[in-house]
Amino acid sequence: MPDLLAARSQMGVSLAFHIVFAVVGIAMPVMMVVAERRWQVTGHAIYLDLAKRWARGTAILFAVGAVSGTVLSFELGLLWPGFMRFAGSMIGMPFSLEGFAFFTEAIFLGVYLYGWDRISPRAHLGAGVAVAASGAASGIFVVLANAWMNAPTGFQLVDGRAVNIDPVAAMASPAAFPQALHMTLAAYAATGFAVAGIHAFLLLKDPANAFHRRALEIALIVGAPAAVLQPISGDVAARHLARHQAVKLAAAEALFRTQRGAPLSLGGWPDVARRETRFALDIPRGLSLLAFHDPNARVQGLDAVPPDEWPNVPAVHLAFQLMVALGTYMAVVAVWAGWLAWRRTDLAHDRWLMRAVALATPMGFIAVEAGWMVTELGRQPWVIYGVLKTRDAVTPMPGLVVPFLTFTLLYCFLGVIVVWLLYRQIVRSPGMPEWRKFYMPVEGRETGKGKGET
Amino acid sequence: MTLADLLAGIVFLALNAYAVLAGADFGAGVWGLLSAGPRKRRQRELIAEAIGPVWEANHVWLILAVVLLFTCFPPAFARLGTLLHIPLSLVLIGIVLRGSAFTFWRYGGAEDEELRHWGVTFAIASLVTPLLLGTTVGAIASGAVGDAGRGTGDGFVGTYVRPWLNPFTLSVGLFALVAFAFLAAVYLTLEAQERELRVDFRARALGTGVALFGAAALTLVLSGRYAPLVRNGLIFARWAIPLHGLTAAAAITALAALARGAWRVARIVAAIQVSLILWGWGLSQYPYLLPPDLTIADAAAPAVTLRLALGALILGALVLFPSLFYLFRVFKGSRPSSVVRHP
Repeated sequence: MPDLLAARSQMGVSLAFHIVFAVVGIAMPVMMVVAERRWQVTGHAIYLDLAKRWARGTAILFAVGAVSGTVLSFELGLLWPGFMRFAGSMIGMPFSLEGFAFFTEAIFLGVYLYGWDRISPRAHLGAGVAVAASGAASGIFVVLANAWMNAPTGFQLVDGRAVNIDPVAAMASPAAFPQALHMTLAAYAATGFAVAGIHAFLLLKDPANAFHRRALEIALIVGAPAAVLQPISGDVAARHLARHQAVKLAAAEALFRTQRGAPLSLGGWPDVARRETRFALDIPRGLSLLAFHDPNARVQGLDAVPPDEWPNVPAVHLAFQLMVALGTYMAVVAVWAGWLAWRRTDLAHDRWLMRAVALATPMGFIAVEAGWMVTELGRQPWVIYGVLKTRDAVTPMPGLVVPFLTFTLLYCFLGVIVVWLLYRQIVRSPGMPEWRKFYMPVEGRETGKGKGET
Repeated sequence: MTLADLLAGIVFLALNAYAVLAGADFGAGVWGLLSAGPRKRRQRELIAEAIGPVWEANHVWLILAVVLLFTCFPPAFARLGTLLHIPLSLVLIGIVLRGSAFTFWRYGGAEDEELRHWGVTFAIASLVTPLLLGTTVGAIASGAVGDAGRGTGDGFVGTYVRPWLNPFTLSVGLFALVAFAFLAAVYLTLEAQERELRVDFRARALGTGVALFGAAALTLVLSGRYAPLVRNGLIFARWAIPLHGLTAAAAITALAALARGAWRVARIVAAIQVSLILWGWGLSQYPYLLPPDLTIADAAAPAVTLRLALGALILGALVLFPSLFYLFRVFKGSRPSSVVRHP
């Protein structure tokens, strides 16, 4: 395996692994806080149980996210010293701010997890809110750094060196807003639907189980609005691509030829050698309409740059199609669930909806991974778009296949264990004795205060 | 003092905080591995309860140091990443295993047998990681990460292995391990509520306190051959004698406080002692970030970046320090974690 490929693979595996935990770390605290607040308002013990389970889940996932994030911050130098030498002084700002946001998240997560009986209920809920807010902030800061790689700003290039740098302008790259919005919504949608999906699956077998009903309700409150908004933020992102990262958009849409009134290709396989996309369903003028909100707009194709500056077109196109398809499915299910809830239908007893939600369990995460593949593979061969090639940034150290395989094995091992622990800790509904008291009439609303501590 | 010096100092402070806070968490893991005697189980419980609420936050000091390093001194970060690729990768594996194993151990909710495996993984990773961290420090101090990034010779071994794998770097690794174990034992005497447990950890603290002198002596002897710059600084600089005096005073105070049962004093003085040793290293290689050729000024990012980084630090500190104060007041105040069982 060539060293460059090994380095890219190791970075890819590390990012693909970490992103799952980062996403959950953004959204799960919100669910945990909603559950705790509901417990405080209603006094019903199910909500406390949910809050504690989700807190335990957050603890496990946050820990793995924190250590895998540490790995990434080192890997920037271990694998890409050329990139860091060039870019460190420009993208350090968002990373420094992210460091503080992450610090705040770690501190208040410690307070939240271990502070149940040490601080007032109000302070405890406040700690949860601080975890949720700083989680979202740290995600946004990291995305800002990535946005700069996609649409670099805030410096002038003179003889291959950056001069007149302006780190604040670098943080406000044109890609910053579309990417941060799209990613933050993705975090809530993916996590909300993953949790809702698991509980929907269990509700199919046992629709009256109050525990799963409450969990589904909160997970959908977090996930469904984000899933509905996501196509809109996707439109913002696509229009940004059309203006600032035309090659990435061309690869994502498999548009080989620059043209006015460009069609939108659904599906299909881009045949790079023949410069055409086979088996695709073309919607005339669709791409021009989506990218510029004008059916006759000129959309730049891959032919605008030499082929050695093309990314892997089939991979980017397929990842893009996958992301859009999964996102669309989730948005449709979210609208469906919202409509039923508005009509005051009992969601848990609507078997078709529960099947649809259960099917969506992994979709958000697959869409997140696919979306990052579009972003990262679509930028190749550049690590900083138009400025620095990936191959010029890689470390001179030989034998990079060894660390790649080592970290891949480590992450596979951890992934299996985390899934097993989460299953045991969070998903499984409470044991038999507790279980019974959670049953209640479908339309019924419980009265009376819960006991508080369990 | 220039702005770059100030920021290098802040990076070093973050490393210092990592050493006395997260270092102790590593040390506690080592004591988990070495737990023995009739109170074996209670020792492990105490360790887990003491580090549970704070270890994540303590860990972030390292991330802060790394992020500040690559923001303010990108060439130094690039060179460290290149020449110390192997030990840093191993440190990362240690950090990953330790953090996840601790969480699985505490939140696994499994049977004893399975928990024990995670406890052991956590403990072994806690033992190996400080050793490797120490070797990277040794490699920097010995000037092997210098010479325009060529390492200590040609070929793979000369460039990527020998800089961090030699008697001197190993002695620094050993020193780091003993120092972390010492800190952990001292801190745990304060965490423990039962007299017997206190006595257990006091014995460990006194033992490692003495061992720390031995490790320091070994490092100093080997530095004559491998790290002359640092050794000369530690012996001949103007600040050398006062610093050693202070360090010795802190060390003696720590041991005396332990002997007299003044746990809170011992905790503070032990942290000061280890910090002074670290600053001795830092000062002795000033103005070099990576001796023998890369100075702080040479490695520094443009002034605008440094000013913004300082601004971000001040802004961040306004959020961070009250939060940290709150965390430690809740869990390390008059009621240590071990007093109240958590779910």
